[in-house]
Amino acid sequence: MDLSTLWFWIVAFLFVGYFVLDGFDFGIGMSLPFLGRDDTDRRVLINTIGPVWDLNETWVIVAGASLFAAFPEWYATLFSGFYLALLLILLALIARGVSFEYRHQRPESKWKAWFDGMIVVGSAVPALLWGVAFANIVQGVPLDADHNYTGTLFDLLNPYALLGGLTTLLLFFTHGVVFASLKTEGDLRARARRLATRAGVVTIVVAAAFLLWTGLAFGTPWFWILAGIAAVALVGGWIANLRGAEGVAFALLAITVAAAVLALFASLFPDVMPASNDPANSLTIENASSTPYTLTVMSWVALIFLPLVLAYQAWTYWIFRKRVSRAHVEAAAH
Amino acid sequence: MNELLDPLLLARWQFGLTTVYHFLFVPITIGLATTVAIFQTAWYRTGKTQYLQVTRFFGSIFLINFAMGVVTGIVQEFQFGMNWSEYSRFVGDVFGAPLALEGLLAFFFEATFIGLWIFGWDKLPRGIHLATIWCTAVGTIVSAYFIIAANAFMQNPVGYEMNAEKGRAELVDIWALLTNPVALAAFPHTIAASFMVAAGLIISASAWHLARNQHLDSMRPALKFGLWLMVGSGILTTLFGDQLSLAMVATQPMKMAAAEATYDTVCGADASFSLFTLGTPDGTTELFSIRVPYVLSLLSTHTFDGCVEGINDLQADYQALYGPGDYAPIIWVTYWAFRWMIGLGMLHVLVAVVGLWLTRKGRMPRQKWVWKIAIWSFPLSLAAMIVGWIFTEMGRQPWIVFSLLPTESAVSPNVTGLDVLISLVAFTLIYGALAVVEVRLVIRAIKQGPPEIGEPDPESGRVEPAATVY
Ligand code: HDD
Ligand code: HEM
Ligand code: HEM
Repeated sequence: MDLSTLWFWIVAFLFVGYFVLDGFDFGIGMSLPFLGRDDTDRRVLINTIGPVWDLNETWVIVAGASLFAAFPEWYATLFSGFYLALLLILLALIARGVSFEYRHQRPESKWKAWFDGMIVVGSAVPALLWGVAFANIVQGVPLDADHNYTGTLFDLLNPYALLGGLTTLLLFFTHGVVFASLKTEGDLRARARRLATRAGVVTIVVAAAFLLWTGLAFGTPWFWILAGIAAVALVGGWIANLRGAEGVAFALLAITVAAAVLALFASLFPDVMPASNDPANSLTIENASSTPYTLTVMSWVALIFLPLVLAYQAWTYWIFRKRVSRAHVEAAAH
Repeated sequence: MNELLDPLLLARWQFGLTTVYHFLFVPITIGLATTVAIFQTAWYRTGKTQYLQVTRFFGSIFLINFAMGVVTGIVQEFQFGMNWSEYSRFVGDVFGAPLALEGLLAFFFEATFIGLWIFGWDKLPRGIHLATIWCTAVGTIVSAYFIIAANAFMQNPVGYEMNAEKGRAELVDIWALLTNPVALAAFPHTIAASFMVAAGLIISASAWHLARNQHLDSMRPALKFGLWLMVGSGILTTLFGDQLSLAMVATQPMKMAAAEATYDTVCGADASFSLFTLGTPDGTTELFSIRVPYVLSLLSTHTFDGCVEGINDLQADYQALYGPGDYAPIIWVTYWAFRWMIGLGMLHVLVAVVGLWLTRKGRMPRQKWVWKIAIWSFPLSLAAMIVGWIFTEMGRQPWIVFSLLPTESAVSPNVTGLDVLISLVAFTLIYGALAVVEVRLVIRAIKQGPPEIGEPDPESGRVEPAATVY
């Protein structure tokens, strides 16, 4: 495997990490109006991800920076091309991030309602738009000979891409709700399980439609294998949730997200940004990548540090493995 | 209308605005992470309640600030591609590496351990909990190193070769990139300056309470610590600033000429440092100035008889080298930014020295105005930091990568003026609103004062710190 292929898969891995981890954060954020009956409920939900949302979000920063370092052309084309979509994602992430830290700073319920609203919107917008963005990458966008995107924001909002956005939105929502059932107690936990069952049905239908569409239009053998894994894991996760095996359900949904993201990358390879107007303008792992020297340096760093990162992040999840109870939140919040 | 929608101008405004904004929070984070770690270490070692109080007091201010640093940082990471795609294509092979290293080595580390620190008070053994704040502090400093190494490449490109066919700079020596002489001087200068900002915050917050004669147990040692930190980091900032001046003159002589508004080459005693200059509005003629002889020569070359090239001579040299064009930055910006950076910084060291004298042997000044001055330490030291960067970044103009790529060739060609206007307005609104919220929260946290902490456990003589939740 040459270095640019290796980096294609490292970038894929970083996006898998991002969507698997921050995906359920988005789900928790979106679930506030559905599961949070009172302020304590909402606090419990937020505290399930309190210690980890920042490290989860950091995956997209590292993914973006790696894209910049390993495939500068891809980074430049994608980020300038999807300008307004990314702007919305950034604004949403800003609103969501400060809200976690600021909502508990003052006791007034109006203050809290403001930040709850920002968490909900700040979670839903990226959950939707990341799906739209990735679907567009897979589908291809108009590029000129200098690899600059020539379409507009509205070209990005085509039916296929919107279906992709809906899929990630629902998938992250369900994953988040399952995470809530895994991390809370009592009534909240029971309600989360029931909501996951209902949301799961819709997710299965929409995701199946999206994967089929993708497969029929852009599928490669590897795509079908990975999409198959995603589909089986999704249905399996739904059944596990029904049976009350919360941990298994959560793990299977994580596999669904991971396999689905990998399936999209597999259908892309060896292009990184196909040009829909003229294949000659496509960005590929060859013409978009950095020099072998840069990639070699980066490979060594990734080889040494990624395992370390995974180790201390796993340790963090282990430290915060306990369920969050209403009693704990009420006591600590005095 | 077209003037208004010039994508280059708008993109520059947006980058300047968002970066300055990000950098309001960064030095506070860098400085406070380490000082909070020091306070917590003092508590860990001695078990004295007041050290836990200052840890949690400054810790809560640190967290309010940290959230803003994080969310504004994501914007920074994406902006290169969004607004400066030609720049990204041109330097990605070189510039991307330190950014990716920063993410992999520093941001992950910081983001993970900060979570452990915030939520780990009742979950981790004391020693390990202490280690988590130290890890966070190390993460902030490592991240500063990589981003400054990236920035230094724009000031003084090293470790690369041009690939004419691909039209880009390509990395050939990562070590040269990471040991760029500009980075080696700018990094300690920035870190020391960040500690000045943290010291300013500690002085301001403790002065506010001491002026009201409250929380003396914890605020008195905090003030002392802040004053000493200000003096120490102020001296270091000056020493490294001096090194940075040498590096700057060697790599970007135009910036020093612009910092001094020196139009013609001057040597020896004539290479004087102007404390104050009034010029004609077009900036080409001097009307009045107060000058200290030799200082500019000393600053630029560390000798009394050194020469400093003037803007006009450099302009002629650069035109010969790079073709016709205007190679000088906006003189009044560089001139005043340089002075305000040094002036405000020196002023703070002075204020801190006087403060140490006034509070010697446990004295507490009674005069209100003393405390009023002390309270200004925080905003003004932050201002020194910001104008320093404005000097660095605007003094680099018209280049985005010095001598290689002019700023005007770096902007995204397919992002319209309207797009940038939309984003600029959006960022201004959300950043403006958040600034109001954040400043109020910080002031509120300062006024609330250090938290009451329960009675110590009779057996261990220590208090059990309370758990935190969002
Ligand atoms: C509290 C803040 C503070 C203080 C008191 C000083 N500086 Fe500074 N200075 C900065 C904060 C700063 C900074 C963090 O804002 C900069 C921007 C870029 C950098 O590396 O540090 C900077 C840049 C900067 C540069 C520009 C480097 C370049 O463009 O390549 C020079 C030459 C100096 N400084 C020199 C000094 C000297 C001689 C000082 C004192 C006598 C001094 N600074 C005090
Ligand atoms: C160390 C990391 C930094 C990097 C990589 C960086 C990079 C850049 C880039 C790419 C631009 C846009 C192009 C240009 O106008 O030349 C820019 C401009 C600017 N930056 Fe920085 N910057 C850094 C730090 C800072 C900091 C800390 C500040 C201020 C607090 C700052 C203030 C500015 C300003 C004011 C501009 C606009 C200059 C102008 O267009 O005239 N920068 N910087
Ligand atoms: C224009 C260039 C810059 C980029 C691309 C950038 C990027 C980022 C990002 C993505 C984050 C969020 C990290 C997280 O989620 O934990 C961040 C925070 C941070 N940045 Fe920047 N930054 C820039 C300028 C600077 C400069 C000039 C410094 C230091 C001298 C700096 C130091 C930090 C530190 C210490 C943090 C972590 C603390 C905090 O969040 O406040 N950054 N930055």
